[in-house]
Amino acid sequence: MTFSPELEAKFDKLLKSYPPGRQRAAMVPMLLFAQDEVGSVTRELVDEVAKRVGVQALQVDEVITYYSMLHRKPLGKHHVQICTNISCLLTGGEELWKHACAKLGIGHKEVTPDGRISLEEVECIGACSWAPALQVNYDFHHQVTPEKLDQLLDRLRKLT
Amino acid sequence: MADLVKLTINDRHLEVPAGTLVIEAAKRNGIEIPSFCYYEGLALQAACRMCLVEVEKAPKLMVACTLPVAEGMVVRTETPTVQQARKSMLEFLLSNHPLDCPVCDKGGECELQDMVFRYGAGESRFTEQKVHEDEKQWSPVVFFDMPRCILCFRCVRICGEGMGVNALGVVNRGVLSEIAPNKGDHLECDECGMCIDICPVGALTSGTYRYKTRPWEMEHVGTICTHCSNGCKTTLGVRNDKIIRGNNRDRSGINGEFLCIKGRYAFDFSDHPDRLQTPLVRTGGKLQPASWSQALEVVAKNFQDVKQRGGRFGVIGSNHTTNEENYYLQKFARQVLMTNNIDHHRTGDVLTLLDALSGRNEALATTQDLYQSKAILVVAAELALEHPFLSFQIRANYRHHQAHVYAVTSQPVREDKTATVIVRAAPGAELSAVESLREKLKAEPELIILYGDAIKGDGVRKLVAFGTSLGIPVKYVPLVDYSNSRGAVDMGLMPELLPGYQPSQAFGLTWADMLASEDLGALWVIGANPLKNAELRARNAFMVVQEMFLTDTAQIADVVLPAASAYEKSGTVTNVCGEVQRLKRAIQTMGAKPDLEIIGLIAKEMDAAAVVGPWTSDSVFEEIRKNVRGYDVPVAMIATGGAAQTMPVNGRIAVESRTDLIRSTHDNLFTSGTLGRYSKMLNSVLERRLNYH
Repeated sequence: MTFSPELEAKFDKLLKSYPPGRQRAAMVPMLLFAQDEVGSVTRELVDEVAKRVGVQALQVDEVITYYSMLHRKPLGKHHVQICTNISCLLTGGEELWKHACAKLGIGHKEVTPDGRISLEEVECIGACSWAPALQVNYDFHHQVTPEKLDQLLDRLRKLT
Repeated sequence: MADLVKLTINDRHLEVPAGTLVIEAAKRNGIEIPSFCYYEGLALQAACRMCLVEVEKAPKLMVACTLPVAEGMVVRTETPTVQQARKSMLEFLLSNHPLDCPVCDKGGECELQDMVFRYGAGESRFTEQKVHEDEKQWSPVVFFDMPRCILCFRCVRICGEGMGVNALGVVNRGVLSEIAPNKGDHLECDECGMCIDICPVGALTSGTYRYKTRPWEMEHVGTICTHCSNGCKTTLGVRNDKIIRGNNRDRSGINGEFLCIKGRYAFDFSDHPDRLQTPLVRTGGKLQPASWSQALEVVAKNFQDVKQRGGRFGVIGSNHTTNEENYYLQKFARQVLMTNNIDHHRTGDVLTLLDALSGRNEALATTQDLYQSKAILVVAAELALEHPFLSFQIRANYRHHQAHVYAVTSQPVREDKTATVIVRAAPGAELSAVESLREKLKAEPELIILYGDAIKGDGVRKLVAFGTSLGIPVKYVPLVDYSNSRGAVDMGLMPELLPGYQPSQAFGLTWADMLASEDLGALWVIGANPLKNAELRARNAFMVVQEMFLTDTAQIADVVLPAASAYEKSGTVTNVCGEVQRLKRAIQTMGAKPDLEIIGLIAKEMDAAAVVGPWTSDSVFEEIRKNVRGYDVPVAMIATGGAAQTMPVNGRIAVESRTDLIRSTHDNLFTSGTLGRYSKMLNSVLERRLNYH
């Protein structure tokens, strides 16, 4: 499997960051970076990472099935993650979640037919002080209201 | 000796070495702390939380399995709080565990059942639906019943750490966690079944044993596995003269709980439909069933005829038969048939090693030494596939004592994973490649060298010279193939050697010479198949074969006598490290007789019973102890199921080793000569047809 030179450089650095024999420690960051480039954690990617860190594919499977941020199916271009954990729940996170599902016609870990937006109901994303909060790819949006969510989703639909 | 730490458990004052875990300190002093995930010898997991104990000054209950002892620690294991915690933990475990104990294979020997019986609550507060998933078959050996799994991860650890295979993992998390096989929906592994036996509940069950019986309906007979030369004890579960399972959960024997697929499942050759159960005598050009008395009469008459007309005899013995049978056979050949034409298939060069060591018996390693030695050198051998227990010992040694492992082989081997230095050499060049390790090995405090059949004759002498020149204590293991390959040499199934490595007066024919001889009068083959890849030149020779199956050799015999398998007789066998252990009869197969008895009956028929003596294994073993150098091992140790190492030689052996005849068949995990061909389980696993490493 081939990756972009940038990603290869990241892999090199990661694999050298750990003492000899401990390369498996680089597994999670490698998967996260690769996921961004490939779009999802494919079978091929699992085998490749297993080979590079020197473990069996099954041991990579253990990790990707454990961590919810590693996705085996492709996500939308814009992955909207709405927190419904305690602080957000108290300030309207649940409503935001339902609103987004109704508006996009998709549910948890599903993708719009055009492949642009995907939704995920997530646990605490560490933005309790600005609840309710959501995350689009790596960007945070704070104190979200249904109106702000509408504007955001409309903007994401148009964005290329 | 590590520093001792004083602590109190249940008001008892104990002193244990620093670093001991509380659960171990308790166990060694007869105090039980229940646990599922803690398993001696495997990595700590702290997953099941059954071992919670009260520790004074600790704010909450502590897990005894990961808590090292500390000076002045006060631990209580039976307080109402602890008991309540156990009750709650079991209630949680049972919230999803099906109560199908009446049909579960594990019922009656289930750790969860025992714990609930002792510590559990009679009622549950959970009314939720239990998660159900249908059972899955991962291989002919392994079945998985997910709802029964309590996620102790013992299977994952034994497969990864113990076997070095890593075929099992845990996927998903929380309540959805489950054990998964390495190939998605099936396993590709050693198929050893360690995961099944180590499972505290009935989540992993074996294709051989499932739904066959209840554990308390079986008799448990500890005997020695009849396949490879490692000499593992397998405890056979027997019901109605049928072997239903093999395992070694009581950890008796040199192998502890280790067994590979052969020891655990490949006993099924014993009731294969092709098993010979009646003697066959060639009449009218065809092998026809005959009674024992008829068949023995034919054998005796023909042996007498050949003897009287001064014909040549050829006797080929076995790598599987007991020491008693081998000793008795050579005695019969030498004292009744008056011939030294006796041989067997030689699978490793033991002879040259013993000669080169000339009496330095302390240089012979035991299987236990492999677990304790500071350094191990593997030369030209694929241990994991051909000597699975030796490989297991080395991995355990590496895990527990950080032993330095050196692998000098032509192919990648499993020892690579634990190796300090890996040397790849062209096939045949392994020995010279060893030289490159000289400086490293010199720095080791001690060493054990294991070598395969590629190293023989002068090769062995060079290896011993190399070992001696290191200036450190070096021990050796000459690898051989089958359960009693070593015993066959020790007992003098050799034309040039009498029992105990005494040179014979007149060298007889080797098995190759026998087959090539044009004027052979009679050929007697016991538990061997020399004509599989060879031809018998003397077409008119009278041929007797003692076998379990109609092998290539048996097919052209004049008389075939049905022999009992190792699981159907008593006696002793000697493993690859020269450790003598006792076979215990588990079953009887109608019609078949132990080879010792057959030989005795032939002797009787020939009026030679007085020459060879009684054909009971005990009396022959007594004779061996008296007459065979190195075999005066303590009887009590053998009789109680222990292993005693033989010390075969105290000087040079004045014969040339016929190294051209030494050839290992390199049976892997899924083959085992004739026995392997008739084992349904060995034939059914996928890995047998793969290029499995």
